[in-house]
Amino acid sequence: MDATYEYLVWLLPAAARWPGWLVVTIITALPALACFTFMALGPLVYVYAERKISAFMQDRIGPNRVGPMGLLQTLADTVKLLFKEAIFPKNVDRKLFVLAPLLVNVGAFMPFLVIPWGGRLQPADINVGVFYVVAIASLSTVGLIMAGWASNNKYSLFGAMRSAAQIVSYEIPALMILLVPVMIVGSLSLQDITQAQAGGLQNWFLFRYFPIMPVAFVVFFVAGLAETNRAPFDIPEAESELVGGFHTEYSGFFFAMFFMAEYTEMFVLSAVASVLFFGGYLAPHPALQHVGPLPLGWFWLWFKAWFFVFVMMWLRWTLPRSRVDQLMHIAWKVLLPIALVLVVVVGGLILVPATANGFIWDRWVGWPLTLGLVGFLLYVMVRALAWSRRRTQELAAAPRAQAVTP
Amino acid sequence: MRHWFTSVWEGFFTVLVGMRITWRHLFTDSVTLQYPSEKWPLPPKSRMRLFMKFEDCIGCGQCVRACPVDCISLKAEKRPADAPPIWAANGQPIKLHVSVFDIDMSLCCYCNLCTYPCPTNCIYMTPEYEFATSDLTQHLYRFAKKDAVFITEDPKKAGAGAPPAPQTPAKPAGA
Repeated sequence: MDATYEYLVWLLPAAARWPGWLVVTIITALPALACFTFMALGPLVYVYAERKISAFMQDRIGPNRVGPMGLLQTLADTVKLLFKEAIFPKNVDRKLFVLAPLLVNVGAFMPFLVIPWGGRLQPADINVGVFYVVAIASLSTVGLIMAGWASNNKYSLFGAMRSAAQIVSYEIPALMILLVPVMIVGSLSLQDITQAQAGGLQNWFLFRYFPIMPVAFVVFFVAGLAETNRAPFDIPEAESELVGGFHTEYSGFFFAMFFMAEYTEMFVLSAVASVLFFGGYLAPHPALQHVGPLPLGWFWLWFKAWFFVFVMMWLRWTLPRSRVDQLMHIAWKVLLPIALVLVVVVGGLILVPATANGFIWDRWVGWPLTLGLVGFLLYVMVRALAWSRRRTQELAAAPRAQAVTP
Repeated sequence: MRHWFTSVWEGFFTVLVGMRITWRHLFTDSVTLQYPSEKWPLPPKSRMRLFMKFEDCIGCGQCVRACPVDCISLKAEKRPADAPPIWAANGQPIKLHVSVFDIDMSLCCYCNLCTYPCPTNCIYMTPEYEFATSDLTQHLYRFAKKDAVFITEDPKKAGAGAPPAPQTPAKPAGA
């Protein structure tokens, strides 16, 4: 907020003499507006990306009719959903029915306020940032239950109860893992957590206490997947069993709002994961933090968060939906014990002076491991390209593959 | 305890294996065919919409008898004795006047049985398959023409000098 004020005064020197209430309104409304725009326009990109990625992974083409390469498809869908009638079935609880998607959106949107996009580029740097993210994000669970209950439909209620059970279960390992970086830094502020990882890639928390933190990251990511109701943990909206779950009865814009919330939650989770383990807005090397006078922090956070969003989509189109009992098994018998052990171990390591700032080999782990991982990924990618070329040739050699263009 | 660790590792590792497969397919060309702008080539001798060349029909009705679903309806009467003689392209004299020759493609089962007995090869299957309509009655094709121009001299007697009338191909090329 200070940064916004300084920017405002730099832009309009007269603003320093404006009445206080006007200045406060402006400097709180501007970041909120920016975040809201980002949230509202984000799903346009995510939905398009999801449809294209799913299509490519299934050897299809995906949307390609509206605009070049189908780029305007989601825009057209949005317009369609905006103008569609919002149908209220006969016995729904109207107040809750309307309120539920709003509440889900509030839960998805509010965490944006504490995500740091740069040293000063942050709507509000509150000292309980992580706690705030967790608390506000759980609001969307209330929204989902409200949606399921208000729909007056047994399948919707099933979906809502499933989502409640699932989110309550997965909050626990996720919170345990959230504690680990918080314990290391000694602060709940996302800004402080990011700054504690400054100085290049080898200082990122992913590489501290080497074999421990990668496991913590995987546990956090899996729990986060379940909390955002993404596949393979999307049983609250399992189409094949519950016909959509909590959003069965919704249509038009209210339906679209659930999707807006889901994709925003995905982005928030990815951004929080990058802040906790991947240095947030910090570049892999301090030299990459600026290009001339232009700070690149926003780009790095964006890049990392979108990469994790991509991984979520990748997982969604790879794995089948898990059963309810499997879901509970993963949460209570796999993730929770691992998370508990990690919290206890890291808590102990912090108390020992020799390991308070990481193991002795942590200095030498970051760079080689990253290079090795990137090299391995490149190798896999080249192999994948060769495989796909071979497969394309096989398909072209098959007699049916010769398309005729009239 | 050991089983727990191995199963957790197995779960994690098999997810990676699955991700590798989808990653490969991410770069593979799609197999989708953009139908109206691209089409699969038809196999040879493909049997699609029936066609009948009215100028060659002698009205023998063998196709009607061959049809297992009775989708061809034919009405023919004797031509008057004083009418000028006409011939089909392969030299068969046309003795009957065909007033109705309807094929209902909504009934047709595409068995191709009608084309074999035809003595003049005037009925055959074309590779044309895009004839969907919103009204089934539009699948009734009427082939009888009032203004048909027949061959008025015997193609056999015309000899080598005059080129024979174009033969209708029994199996259309390019199918």
